[in-house]
Amino acid sequence: MTFLWQWLGDPANWVGPDGIWVRIGEHLVYSAITLVLAAALAIPLGLWVGHTGKARRLVVNVANGARALPTLGLLFLAVLVAGPLLPGDLAFAVPAILVLVILAIPPILAGAYAGVEAVDRQAVDAARGMGMVGHQVLLNVELPCALPLMLGGLRSAALQVIATATLAASVSLGGLGRFLIDGQAYRDYGQMAGGAVLVAALAMVVDVVFVGFQRLVVSPGLTSSVVTRRGLREHLSTN
Amino acid sequence: MTWALNHVEDIGGLLASHAVLAAVPLLIGLLLAIPVGWLAHQQHWLRTPLVVGTGLLYTIPSLAMFIVMPLVLGTGILDPLNVVVALSIYTVALLVRTVADGLDAVPAQALDAATAMGIGTPRRFFTVELPLAVPVIAAGLRVAAVSNVSIVSVAALLGIPQLGSLFTDGFQRNFIDPIVVGIIACLILALVFDSLIGLFSRWLTPWLRPGSAT
Repeated sequence: MTFLWQWLGDPANWVGPDGIWVRIGEHLVYSAITLVLAAALAIPLGLWVGHTGKARRLVVNVANGARALPTLGLLFLAVLVAGPLLPGDLAFAVPAILVLVILAIPPILAGAYAGVEAVDRQAVDAARGMGMVGHQVLLNVELPCALPLMLGGLRSAALQVIATATLAASVSLGGLGRFLIDGQAYRDYGQMAGGAVLVAALAMVVDVVFVGFQRLVVSPGLTSSVVTRRGLREHLSTN
Repeated sequence: MTWALNHVEDIGGLLASHAVLAAVPLLIGLLLAIPVGWLAHQQHWLRTPLVVGTGLLYTIPSLAMFIVMPLVLGTGILDPLNVVVALSIYTVALLVRTVADGLDAVPAQALDAATAMGIGTPRRFFTVELPLAVPVIAAGLRVAAVSNVSIVSVAALLGIPQLGSLFTDGFQRNFIDPIVVGIIACLILALVFDSLIGLFSRWLTPWLRPGSAT
């Protein structure tokens, strides 16, 4: 394992246009674009499914089926099919982001509809009793109450995307996967192991950031009181 | 699709090794996750470190895991053992929480009844707790099976032959047919695993079938 520390400890590996900092930046940019696009598609759809209960079976089955798609195959297929139609770097970047979005949608979607479905029916009834109409119930009651599960879905999507964005390097893009692919090509085990450690560390840092964000935005009424939490758990287990 | 018809034998061989590489770690992972999950369920203070700790293993990218395995195990980079060990780790990562949740969900009355009938703790675990936790564990196992099928294909980047080899082969030759065939074969394999686990779980839980006396 000494070559791992040698590689990570060498300052020359951290700076420059193909240094570690640049690769981490690229990795975060791919992941952020992917998560924003996937959330923009999956959260409204999940809220709608959870709120109305319509098309539930279809959406659940398609989302679960999508989990079985082999990401590597999808990536190569997307690059071969869509690549020639796109100019320059986009020929690789667009298909890669597309495939990562497909990977990120199922967990975000599941978090959104499960979150809305798990909202206490009594809270929804109370909101209706106070005269709120459909979209008011959704935005003022169901959405804030669904946040913990929704952010949970976003969090597991973020972990999967960061782990899988390493594959982007196999179609000549950047990101931390470069160290894995190049290290393997040059039989440079220090670089490979270093890249692996960096991706895992990045995933953990992003996870911690998500936990902090969750603490910040979730209403204290949903987390601080033991009574509410027990109520939610009982509700989940009876459904 | 004449390419697929001309290469049925090759595809069959790759499919078989893919199935083995995905299924064996599933069994190993399950066998390891049951005692660890039981410990997390039994000892309250161990639950968070065990569940979070094993869950963190899942954040390690598969490509990185396959590359690091030979360093840890002392195997060659092309050794299928790397894939088996790596996927067993992912399976444990997914299943420890599931096993603990499944055991948590066993009704206390059932345990009390078993104790009152004079069933000792070890026997109670295997004849009462574990069978009652089967539906939850099976649900987690299905997720792990589907994800294993997808992850195995990444090992093709290192040259370990399975359905993922069709992806690298097609990509290098700028030829779509093998990639499409590989994706479809992966989907079918995931579906077969999913159905088998579903059937097995139904067979193990006759009391949950509609029409059975409750």
